Amino acid sequence: MSSGLHLAEVLFAVMQHSHNTGASVRAIAKSPTGIQGLDEITNGGLPTGRPTLICGGAGSGKTLLATSFLVNGAKQFGEAGVLMTFEENSEEIASDVASLGFDLPGLVEEGKLFVDYVRIERSEIEETGEYDLEGLFVRLEHAIRATGAKRVVLDTIESLFSGLGNANILRAELRRLFRWLKDKGLTAVITAERGEGTLTRQGLEEYVSDAVILLDHRVTEQVSTRRLRVVKYRGSHHGTNEYPFLIDRYGLSVLPVTSLGLTHEASVERLSSGVRELDQMLGGQGYFRGSTVLVSGTAGTGKTSLAAHFADAACRRGEHVLYFLFEESPHQLIRNMRSIGIDLQPWVDAGLLHFEAERPSRAGLEAHLASMYQHVRDFRPSVTIVDAVTNLLSVGTQNDVRAMLMRVIDYLKVSAVTGFFSSLTPGKNESEETEAGISSLMDTWIVMTFDEVDRERRRAIRILKSRGMSHSNRVHEFALTDHGLRLTDGRG
Amino acid sequence: MQPTLPPETAAEPESFVLRLYVAGQTPRCMRAFANLKRICEQYLTNRYRIEMIDLLLDPALARGDQILAVPTLVRRVPVPVRKIIGDLSNTQRVLAGLDVSVGAA
Repeated sequence: MSSGLHLAEVLFAVMQHSHNTGASVRAIAKSPTGIQGLDEITNGGLPTGRPTLICGGAGSGKTLLATSFLVNGAKQFGEAGVLMTFEENSEEIASDVASLGFDLPGLVEEGKLFVDYVRIERSEIEETGEYDLEGLFVRLEHAIRATGAKRVVLDTIESLFSGLGNANILRAELRRLFRWLKDKGLTAVITAERGEGTLTRQGLEEYVSDAVILLDHRVTEQVSTRRLRVVKYRGSHHGTNEYPFLIDRYGLSVLPVTSLGLTHEASVERLSSGVRELDQMLGGQGYFRGSTVLVSGTAGTGKTSLAAHFADAACRRGEHVLYFLFEESPHQLIRNMRSIGIDLQPWVDAGLLHFEAERPSRAGLEAHLASMYQHVRDFRPSVTIVDAVTNLLSVGTQNDVRAMLMRVIDYLKVSAVTGFFSSLTPGKNESEETEAGISSLMDTWIVMTFDEVDRERRRAIRILKSRGMSHSNRVHEFALTDHGLRLTDGRG
Repeated sequence: MQPTLPPETAAEPESFVLRLYVAGQTPRCMRAFANLKRICEQYLTNRYRIEMIDLLLDPALARGDQILAVPTLVRRVPVPVRKIIGDLSNTQRVLAGLDVSVGAA
C-alpha cells in the first residue's frame, strides 16, 4: 500500500506541475478521496463543502466509491463521516466492504464514522395531508454532531421515491437538503441510479450540479469492464476521458494516463539487448534504460528468443525482470530457451526473474492492467517483458488494448522501468496493421521475419525506428543457434 | 349497537398507544395533533394514549422508529406497528391507517 501511495504522490506532483504551467484558474478547495487515480483526474479530490453526484447502474461500484471516500477520509485525512444508507443495512454494507480491508464497525466504535440505515416500507405507511422530511434532517444533524463529521454520503437517496408517494414534496425537500448540506459546509456524496437517457432516474443532476461522476459497468463478449468519467466539475480542471477503474483487494482504483505532460525524465543509460550484434545495430550500445521496445513478427520468427536474451542480460547485471507470459507456461519457455543456449532457471531460482503466466481470456483488460500495475509495484523490476501484447486483443478491441498499453507504458516510464513488448503479426504477410496502433507508443521498433528466399527459409531482423540514436537501417539475416541468436551476415 | 354479542368480542376493547413525532411547534405539527385528538375522542373514546415526541428535543429517537417524514404518527399498540405520515387531515385515511373500523362508533 505504501508504494501505491508513493506513486500517487509522484503522479499528483506531475499533474500539479503540468497544470501550474497552464492558464491560472481560481483554485477551489478539494477534499481528497484517497482513491488511487481519482484524486489525480480531479486534480485533488471532490469539491470541499459541496455535494457531488455519483451515478451509475446497478453494480457499477457507487456504494464502494462512496464508502471509500468516507473510510479514507476518516483514516487518512482526519475527517469523520456520516453514511446514511437507504438500501442496505449497516451489517450488509460492513460485510460488502470488509473484503477490501475496510473495518466499518471499528471506525464506528472509534467515533470516526456514523452509519444510519434509513428503512422505508411503503406498505406500512399511510399518507394523509402535508408533511416534510424534517425527520431525515434531524437524523443527519444528530449524526453529524455526534461525530463532528465533515463528509456525508447519502446512498441511494432516490430510494425515497419508491417509499413515499408524493414526488413533489420529495423534490422540494431534496432541493432543501442539498442546500442545507452546502450551507453546513459538508462535503457530500450522493449516489443515484442511472436513468434512461438521463444521468439519474429522478433527475437529481438538476439539484446537484457542482460535480458529477458517472460509473459504467459493461460486459462485452463476456468480459467485464468498468469505467469512470467526470461528467462535470464546476470551477475546476478535470480529466474528461473515460478511465478504466478496478475493484480488487486493494480497493477501488482509477487508472488515468498520468503523465499528461510527458514530463518523465529520459535516461541516457543504455542496456544491452543480450545480443552483441543487435547492440551494434542499436547505435552500438543497445536500448535506452526506461524506454519501450516493440518486437513484432509472424509466428516462429524469434520474438520470444529476443525477449529471453534481454531478460538473461538484465539478470546477469543483477537486475530484476518481470516477465508476463500469455502464450505458454514458464516451464515450456525455459525448456525452449535452453535449446538455444539460454538458461533462465538460475535467474528464477535467484529471485531475479519472475514469471506471471496468465491466460488472456481469464480476465478483462482492466483486470490485466491492474495485475500488471500490482506486480510492477510489488516486484519493482528494472525490466518488464510482455509476451505477447497481441494476446490481449482477444479480450478487447484494438482501441481498448491501445488505451490500456498507453497506461502500462506510462506507468513503466514514470517508474523508469524498461518495457519490452512482443507482438504477433497475424497471417504470413508482414502486415503492420496491428502494430500501427501501438508502435507510436514505442521508442524502438524491431521487426523479425522468417521468409522463403531462393527455396530457403531465412530469418531476418531490422530496426524500423529507435528514437534518440543512430541505428542500422539494413535488413540483417540471423540464425537461432546453440549459442542463441546470431547475425549471419557479418557485422551489424 | 347490538345487544347480544358473543362473550369474546364483548371483552375489554383493545386500547391504542399512539406516538406522534413532530419537529418543533410548527402549524403543521399543531394541526396534526389537533386532528389526532379529535379523531381519537370520536372513535377511540377512553381507549387511547397519545405520546408526543419533539425530535428537535430528542433527535436520537428518530432512528428507533425509522422516522423520516414529519409529522409521523406511529401506532405502537396494537402490533404490528403502523405509520401514518402527514397532518392527519383526512379522517377516513387516518382510521384506515390505524385499522380502526368506523362501525365501532
